[in-house]
Amino acid sequence: MDYSNLRRQAASMKKSLFDQGYLDEQFCQVEDLQDEASPNFAEEVITLFFKDSARLISNIEQALEKYPKDFNKWDAYMQQLKGSCSSIGASRMKSECMSFREFCGQGNVEGCMKSFQKVKREHGVLRQKLEAYFQLLRQAGPAGAATRPGM
Amino acid sequence: MALADATAFPYGLRVLVVDDDPTWLKILEKMLRKCSYEVTTCGLASVALQILRERRNKFDIVISDVNMPDMDGFKLLEHIGLEMDLPVIMMSIDGETSRVMKGVQHGACDYLLKPVRMKELRNIWQHVYRKKMHEVKEIEGNDSCDDLQMFRNGCEGLEERGLFMRADSDTMRKRKDVDKDHTDQDSSDGATVKKARVVWSVDLHQKFVNAVNQIGFDKVGPKKILDLMNVPGLTRENVASHLQKYRLYLSRLQKQNEERILGAARQDFGHKGTSDNLNLRSSFQEQSGNCTNGFQHGSQKIQAQNNMLDPHLEDTKIVVPLKVPDKNGTSVSDVIDPQNVTSASPLGGVLSFDRMPVNQDRKPSETMILECQSWSGSVPPKQFMQYPKHNRERCDLLGDYSCLPKPDLEHPITPSHLYAPPQLVSMSCSMEGDARDFSDVKPDVLGCMKSLSPALMCTVVDSVSAQLSDSVVTSTNSDQKFSSVEGLSSAKDCHIDQARNQAPLLTSEDANIICGTDLACLPDDLSGYQLQGIGWNSIDLFQCNDAMMLNGLQNNWYDDPELSSEIMEFPLLDGCLFA
Repeated sequence: MDYSNLRRQAASMKKSLFDQGYLDEQFCQVEDLQDEASPNFAEEVITLFFKDSARLISNIEQALEKYPKDFNKWDAYMQQLKGSCSSIGASRMKSECMSFREFCGQGNVEGCMKSFQKVKREHGVLRQKLEAYFQLLRQAGPAGAATRPGM
Repeated sequence: MALADATAFPYGLRVLVVDDDPTWLKILEKMLRKCSYEVTTCGLASVALQILRERRNKFDIVISDVNMPDMDGFKLLEHIGLEMDLPVIMMSIDGETSRVMKGVQHGACDYLLKPVRMKELRNIWQHVYRKKMHEVKEIEGNDSCDDLQMFRNGCEGLEERGLFMRADSDTMRKRKDVDKDHTDQDSSDGATVKKARVVWSVDLHQKFVNAVNQIGFDKVGPKKILDLMNVPGLTRENVASHLQKYRLYLSRLQKQNEERILGAARQDFGHKGTSDNLNLRSSFQEQSGNCTNGFQHGSQKIQAQNNMLDPHLEDTKIVVPLKVPDKNGTSVSDVIDPQNVTSASPLGGVLSFDRMPVNQDRKPSETMILECQSWSGSVPPKQFMQYPKHNRERCDLLGDYSCLPKPDLEHPITPSHLYAPPQLVSMSCSMEGDARDFSDVKPDVLGCMKSLSPALMCTVVDSVSAQLSDSVVTSTNSDQKFSSVEGLSSAKDCHIDQARNQAPLLTSEDANIICGTDLACLPDDLSGYQLQGIGWNSIDLFQCNDAMMLNGLQNNWYDDPELSSEIMEFPLLDGCLFA
């Protein structure tokens, strides 16, 4: 009873993440990969993503300082982060990465800086939300992840 | 698992995934496992290459990300194509047409966009299957060759390709079946019998090459080589199959070159030109970037190929005005080439046999001038053989070659690449003034080739020497830059050029062979060159006899040898589709 309630909560949280554009279909793909062999697959992937994306973000941060106006370099780093975002379907973060790259193309330093701050913010927000989501799922038990949002 | 149950293909398909993004790596691994594939993951391209080298024949297919920090995915692709001959699927986050095209040009069998979906991965076995089918077909086609015995041995030898080519059990089994069907009378049919696989290490292959050199390529026989090599445990069959592979390799290289040339010519010819003045425009990609990439083994050609392969990406234009002189006139081709003589050269070679003066303008920065005189002057084979010597005097090519076995060296493009294969040249003479509409001409040319082929076979050396008369390309340094090309008119020079051509052929045709072993085997003392020179004969023979020759020739027409290495993967793919 309690569990199913938690599960419902998780499902609605996920749905709102989708509705607000934080996540896209790729996230469901990742969740679908979860099976008996790896019951926590989705969470493992997300954890890995946040670990690695934090590294990429700090790379970018350094690059912004170390190589002022080296847009090619910036772009290359951001490309990595964008690729990483696509892996879990972090769509808002991904689109912010894309606008950063657009600013790179325009040679717009200020745009890049602002955009980068947004990327970091998105990263933080998503992390928080997904942590809460997986915590709910853990509490709800193994069946929780199987629920897909009504899309 | 794959080995245990080959009938269940594609289950257990052995996939190597290369991606610097750990998250993607984890997801892809899981997806592939869900497809019942056997997955190995790897975060660095260089490590992937290492894994592939150490565990040859342990993978069926490679999936690689394009953007990786340590090595460009395209470069990895080339290495794999050359050394392992494995199907490679590229993937990246953006599907920019130019990038996808680049992947395809570099030999990717597929290009997936991230996020990659399960259903796409579930289907990747088809690339492995297609390749196998193609390989089988290739073998069948080869059966029509005069040198049946050799080819059959070759089929058998495919089983042992371990060294040279990927030899996954499925493929091998299939090949063996094919062999059985086609070669029942063949004494070496023992292919189907399980026997110890000989690993053709670099050393062993070197011995093999040395033996071949010593004997002379036209006279080699497995027994002779075996005796010379004097390796305990090695059987005549082992040597025979290896020799066959070696020859197959050469012929395949040749074919690919031809394909390349034909393709280019086809595009270029129909459009413009009077017989007096033909303007061939072909855009070749400018390769500076690619050229500077360090390739490990036999990479000289790769670079050249890169140039050819990437024509669409960058817009370097080659303008080739053609003039038809009188029959006995000499054809002169001026090639102005920025960095790569290679791209221009194939055209020059092709055109030259038409006896037209060719002007190729590439970027003016660096210039090569190729002077091609009529082929009337035939040079004796001896000179041909001597090529290495001359070569050495003239340029650093030899050094480059000797360097081949060493990893991480960047190799300059060898001038030899510049020239079209001799047969082509001779064939083309018949065309004479008809270069205008290439499509019309083609059939004629092919016919000519057919008729000429016997002659070529008999007199390969002569024709070779005669054809690409006087053009000499000098590579000045090993940094892959050609500073100048000189037009030479002496017969010796002609030979040299030819020899150069040959050299690339040998080296580039089979990635596996070359990279892993063959190149390594090329002796520093240039004896390898002799081999190559000699090999030319055999190549010609093969080509002529090969049933698939016509096909190949068409393609080759436009191509020159240098391209072959890079193209290697590319043509194969084509073959898969059309063969």
